[in-house]
Amino acid sequence: MNQPAGYLHWGFILISYPNLILIGIMIVLFVAAVLLPFPGHASGDKGRKS
Amino acid sequence: MSTQISDESGHSWTAATRRKLERRLPWENLLPHRQPFWVGSWVYVFGVVTIAALVWVILSGTILALFGPQWWHLSKAGRFFNSLHFWSVQVFFVFMVLHLWGQYFMASWREGRAPTWMVGVVTFAVSIVAAFTGYLSQQNFDAQWIAVNAKDAVNSTGIGGFFNVLNFGQMYGLHVMLLPIGITVLVALHIVQVRMKGVVPPIGDDKAATVKGR
Repeated sequence: MNQPAGYLHWGFILISYPNLILIGIMIVLFVAAVLLPFPGHASGDKGRKS
Repeated sequence: MSTQISDESGHSWTAATRRKLERRLPWENLLPHRQPFWVGSWVYVFGVVTIAALVWVILSGTILALFGPQWWHLSKAGRFFNSLHFWSVQVFFVFMVLHLWGQYFMASWREGRAPTWMVGVVTFAVSIVAAFTGYLSQQNFDAQWIAVNAKDAVNSTGIGGFFNVLNFGQMYGLHVMLLPIGITVLVALHIVQVRMKGVVPPIGDDKAATVKGR
């Protein structure tokens, strides 16, 4: 932890690996949130729920 | 000569405000016990997690402010709360951005919800300033390094006269008082706006959009 993070340098893109990993995790979380079913909500349930 | 009093509260601004609030924000909208079916999605959890993280940020920040820099640098409990504050902020920002992505792809500014979107954007911007002043308030070499590097960029914008990143007292005051109050008020306003208009229906679901006139 007490040293500078490694950096990905690809063309004009310069980003630290921790930030790159975090963005990757966020994208995975976002896709999972869209695709995974919500508990208590079967697909096709058109009723209003509390 | 005759006196006519039709309605005692008719011209009172407090009564007018009360009537407007009753009309635009009835209790069933403010504290609904049922939500439309489309709210049953993980995407809507992002905003809730953001609020939960903000609560932890404020609680841990209050404890840090009470005990001070020596405590948060040197004691075990202080370091724990320092870390709790830092990681709560990380969770706050990660889920605020995920919430932003979700609302962007749902075009959540539809059907009169543009003010809600704009308040969210302002909250995001104010949060960035709060995080920046937080990094400057750490009371360590890291904070000094960030301040010295940031001063030229900040001063080049012309706001250095009243936002001096080398002035610890100013940065700390903003971080523990004005900015948290600002974010809390904005988040509260954002929630009330969502309650006023209801959660945005899926794109193209016109029938759902008319549920209870929302």
